[in-house]
Amino acid sequence: MFSTKLGRLMMRLYSRKQTAVCRVPLRGFSWAAVCRQRSLRQQRIACPKTQPHILSCYTSARSSSQNTVDPNEVRRFQLLASKWWDEQGEFAALHSMNDLRVPFIRDNLLNVHRVRHPGQPLSGLRILDVGCGGGLLTEPLGRLGAKVLGIDPVDDSISTAQVHVSHDPDLQDWVSYQACTLEELSEEVKEDGHFDAIVASEVVEHLADVDTFTFCCKQVLKPGGSLFITTMNKTNLSYVLGIVVAEQLLRIVPSGTHNWEKFISPVDLERLLESYGFSVQSVQGMLYNPVSGAWSWTNSTAINYALHAVKMTDNPETDQTEEHTSHPENHGAATHS
Amino acid sequence: MMQRLTRAALALNGRCFITEKHISAVKVITRGLVSAEHGDDSARNEVYDVIISGGGMVGSAMACSLGMDPNLGSKKILLLEAGNKKVMDMVPDTYSTRVSSISPGSATLLSSIGAWEQITKMRCKPYQRMQVWDACSDALITFDKENLQDEMAYIVENDIVVAALTKQLDSLSDNVQVKYRSKVVHYTWPMPHQAADYIPWVQVKLANGETLQTKLLIGADGPNSMVRRALGIPTVKWSYDQSAVVAVLHLSEPTENNVAWQRFLPTGPIAMLPLSDTESSLVWSTSHQFAEELLALDEESFVDAINSAFWSNENQSETIETAGALFRGALSAIIPSAGSPRQLPPSVAGIGPKTRVMFPLGMGHASEYIRHRVALIGDAAHRVHPLAGQGVNLGFGDVACLTRLLSQAAFNGKDLGAIQHLLEYETERQRHNLPMMAAIDLMKRLYSTNAAPVVLLRTFGLQATNMLPTLKEQIMAFAGK
Repeated sequence: MFSTKLGRLMMRLYSRKQTAVCRVPLRGFSWAAVCRQRSLRQQRIACPKTQPHILSCYTSARSSSQNTVDPNEVRRFQLLASKWWDEQGEFAALHSMNDLRVPFIRDNLLNVHRVRHPGQPLSGLRILDVGCGGGLLTEPLGRLGAKVLGIDPVDDSISTAQVHVSHDPDLQDWVSYQACTLEELSEEVKEDGHFDAIVASEVVEHLADVDTFTFCCKQVLKPGGSLFITTMNKTNLSYVLGIVVAEQLLRIVPSGTHNWEKFISPVDLERLLESYGFSVQSVQGMLYNPVSGAWSWTNSTAINYALHAVKMTDNPETDQTEEHTSHPENHGAATHS
Repeated sequence: MMQRLTRAALALNGRCFITEKHISAVKVITRGLVSAEHGDDSARNEVYDVIISGGGMVGSAMACSLGMDPNLGSKKILLLEAGNKKVMDMVPDTYSTRVSSISPGSATLLSSIGAWEQITKMRCKPYQRMQVWDACSDALITFDKENLQDEMAYIVENDIVVAALTKQLDSLSDNVQVKYRSKVVHYTWPMPHQAADYIPWVQVKLANGETLQTKLLIGADGPNSMVRRALGIPTVKWSYDQSAVVAVLHLSEPTENNVAWQRFLPTGPIAMLPLSDTESSLVWSTSHQFAEELLALDEESFVDAINSAFWSNENQSETIETAGALFRGALSAIIPSAGSPRQLPPSVAGIGPKTRVMFPLGMGHASEYIRHRVALIGDAAHRVHPLAGQGVNLGFGDVACLTRLLSQAAFNGKDLGAIQHLLEYETERQRHNLPMMAAIDLMKRLYSTNAAPVVLLRTFGLQATNMLPTLKEQIMAFAGK
């Protein structure tokens, strides 16, 4: 029984790999996606105003380099953009993950900064939420008093996030969104160190290039700033539970959300971060209980884990040169694998 | 439970759909907000974090408690009260007939919000012991703290509690806004299918035409809660077909008066609760007809009726008397030291002028305490028979629990109206409130008969319980929460 299912899964996985191999070139795919999006919209609601908006956003996104972003992922999340705030829907597990990740970010930042603002514990801090999606994590961080910028390459997710936050006047001054990639932002932010913290929650496993991502994180982070990553480990267990069980059997997350090949183990991630001058402060395992729908901390990092790293402040110049030399190498290695 | 989840899912699904529909409107909305910020800051955009509907004892305590929580320091909290502001510059000479028994747990809550100090300064009477006995037998049970050192509970006039909380709210004016004389005429719930101007918050329309928006509405508007009715939350309720007659009693001689007395008559329980050395409060639950007769009596006959209700042995039968005595004898042979001696209640000499009032009794329990962005607290969620003096304590328990959960939610950056922590509130409180309500109801039913087997059963039960200090301690600990 189980073996046949597994066989079927393997078949599916195989076919998915094939599509991944004969990946449509970026432009072609995106135009197709926009067209599909447009027709969808026209079918559902006669609202022509949306089209110019999407197109303009799209062209702006296209004109820039898309190093870290995987176009397949963009398409996948475009289709899910409207579902972000459905607490019982496709992103239910992300909603409940806030119970772990918000305290994780809050407490680690409070440890680093040691300032007390009752009611708004993160007040005075600037946070960048990379791959913010519909703003599931951006809004809670804004409520804690931080100035949060959420960025995501998927226009529709940003629109969803903007509509959602527009209802809450209390968040207007704290939360803002921008449909762009981390590279585009790091180009915009010329001066070194703009943010006190970067949050990349459940993002790394969707990226095309983790090296460039790390490099850009370093660019926009203040010295001593924190980088928070939650992602999935690359283990047999994470394959079975994260993909076979979560996507295929229980359908906790939409099928095709994750590609095991892109998962990264905490050891590899740590090594990568340290090569870019980060110091990893803590790595903690996270466990999802599909029955209760709740997350809990665990000692094992075999499936999901959260990581907190700090950008080192010492010897900025040597760091800089190291980066530049190591960066292309790592980049090459990553593309080879 | 499942049903509720599905409903929530439906609501949220609908909400997402609408959200999607309005993608085009986002720019317009943002622009609208920006212009509002720069131009005249109309009240239209003001969204409260919490609106509490009902400024009684429980609602005012909720407002104070939220207003004083450090994690909720930056939140906008509003208390709506239909009545006038109840200021009490001086404690009135006469006692009010509406009193509550404040458990140590409630006293802890009130002192954490700074109101308890005010209450003790104004007027309250602690008691160290409670004696409950049966009109149909000699059986009795006494509850007391060891060596009568600690207070078992406090009898406080409701007006005093409200006045203390009002005073406290005045000092919190930065955190909590209060609108007196504001009557709610309509609630609009966050519905998914309002396409035009979709608002994800609860809207509260006041009689003066003003419409307020809130992320969380707390219904503290009493047993006939408008919030609960407007939500269509079904209530399990029954009327006991009883009324309570209350009055302020003058004792015939000054005593220490530190015992709460309660006697179960076949017609219902009668209780005498200490107010001062010379005065006590009467709560006599009985049939509507007898209550009306009691109200019609002249003062002297009324006092006689009270005294005979506490002292008379006319309902006792010899058989039960003997059986009870035998059982008690057997028990004391097994556990010689346990049990408490019988005390006699003070006799009543007169009543306070114009203090005799009656009101109907009922019991009700809302099947749900919460909905998306709404929570019910106090009598709006549960109403009990006053026989154990637990009514307001259950409400203060709700306040403490909801404050703790909302404070945690705020510290975790959550939307205060999100269903997740409200569900936690509901589960936790129902787990405490339902057994308490069931116990009170069972007690009420057990004692409203004089059929011999039942009387025998409760006689044995009461005596056995009285002999078991650990069980009594547990009962007190549960009731004292």
